[in-house]
Amino acid sequence: MTITEIQNEIIEEFSMFDDWQERYQYMIDLGKTLPLISSEYKTDDNIITGCQSKVWVHANMNNDKVEFTADSDAIITKGIIAILIRVFSNQHPKDIIEGNTEFIDTIGLKEHLSPTRANGLVSMIKQIKMYALAYQTQLN
Amino acid sequence: MINVDKIREDFPILNRKVNGKPLIYFDNAATSQTPQQVIDVIVDYYSNYNANIHRGVHTLSQEATDLYEGARLKIQKHFNAKHNYEIILTSGTTHGINLVASSFSSLLEKGDEVLVSALEHHSNIVPWQMLCERTGATLKVIPMNEQGELIMSDYEALLSQKTKLVFVNHISNALGTINPIKKIIEMAHEVGAAVLVDGAQSCPHIKPDVQDLDVDFYVVGAHKMCGPTGVGLLYGKEEWLNKLPPYQGGGEMIDQVTFEKTTYAGLPHKFEAGTPNICGGIAFGAAVDYLNGIGFDAIASYEHELLDYATQQLLDIEGLKIYGTAKEKTSVISFNIQGIHPYDIGTILDKMGIAVRTGHHCAQPIMDFYKIPGTVRASFAFYNTKQEIDALVEGVKTAKMMLS
Repeated sequence: MTITEIQNEIIEEFSMFDDWQERYQYMIDLGKTLPLISSEYKTDDNIITGCQSKVWVHANMNNDKVEFTADSDAIITKGIIAILIRVFSNQHPKDIIEGNTEFIDTIGLKEHLSPTRANGLVSMIKQIKMYALAYQTQLN
Repeated sequence: MINVDKIREDFPILNRKVNGKPLIYFDNAATSQTPQQVIDVIVDYYSNYNANIHRGVHTLSQEATDLYEGARLKIQKHFNAKHNYEIILTSGTTHGINLVASSFSSLLEKGDEVLVSALEHHSNIVPWQMLCERTGATLKVIPMNEQGELIMSDYEALLSQKTKLVFVNHISNALGTINPIKKIIEMAHEVGAAVLVDGAQSCPHIKPDVQDLDVDFYVVGAHKMCGPTGVGLLYGKEEWLNKLPPYQGGGEMIDQVTFEKTTYAGLPHKFEAGTPNICGGIAFGAAVDYLNGIGFDAIASYEHELLDYATQQLLDIEGLKIYGTAKEKTSVISFNIQGIHPYDIGTILDKMGIAVRTGHHCAQPIMDFYKIPGTVRASFAFYNTKQEIDALVEGVKTAKMMLS
């Protein structure tokens, strides 16, 4: 599936919910499906420090596609990461670089990607794109 | 007695909704809300009196100066300083601390010791570390116990003829502990050390008497006590303020300037370089009037009632632990629920319109002491209600259910 197709799929899943509590509950459940970063990569080098919750991200290349694993010490942050990784993992570097995150707004979780929110997610998206850019350079 | 319904009418912000729910504001230790009486003063200043002060001969400047200096007198009276020129108006608590730390450099030398309490906010740690780096003095820490109280016997043991300065907050922002500052000051003075008390957290709850405390420096931010941000107080004893060199150079703080030599203005202007936050200073005075109109005894007793009520209700939640259980504490509750990150709880509460603080509260050493990344902190003011606390308790229960 392309990035856009996955995003549309997620939008459809979230459209089933009427209130914030159901959306959050679903996001928290999605957090449990996050492909967890293996402990050898869960190091300070791979940490993205938001002010309050910690986020770890690791990437590797498999058949010209970038695979991401991650973790966070906060459950809600972990849920958002799971959504982002579902969108961007197993995609070509070029598509990741060009991909946007506007769907997060559509599913009613916009506040989590605010640059002023101290959860490290904006930095995480930057990091995902940086990995993609690095792999794209390798492919060229 | 507090008539909370009537008081709430003074705070327009309490009528707004957040995420579709009525705002419940429990982040008072970070900043307090502003009553209409103070907002009116700000609007009135810019509508009728805006001018630069102290040097204009024109009427507007004279009037603005009278208002500003009038506010200084109100603040002097409130803190019971002996002289109005011992009241230095700053940009806030942090500014006051940095002013003293910077100016004190000239009075310290290698081998001197400065003591800081384990309960401090980063702003009452970092400036002193910088001071020690500049002067070669040594920073030592007064430890605390599990309840979040300073260990007075350890403090006594740390004091010596080498001790030149002691820094301690009146009330801890992270835990709410009220420190025995009168005793701390008395003991420091026995070895000839000066004491700076960070009053950022005490000023909304109690009315400190700087002469009775015999404190050397006392710092406060107006926004913690229903005033605006960007203005605060540094009280300093006259003898200390005369001993310290100026902090910043500029207009207002000079007597005579030539390219060969400048002589400085007298107190308080020596420490008030540049155009001050005039409107902020006047509004600070209005905030002091407002709080005194309600009365600090009434405020303290009502807030204590809220604290006891909230403590009981929250402790009924299984797995909830309160950090900071000092015998003397103010209306701050720092807590965690076992296995749940404070950030998650804060996020869920926000969805319900409840504003709390999460994180390390700029007091990482305290978090390290308890070996936790942070806490959820609910801090109550005299305009909060028991119904709001009920909503908080329900919110925490919901968050726990969703996050477990």
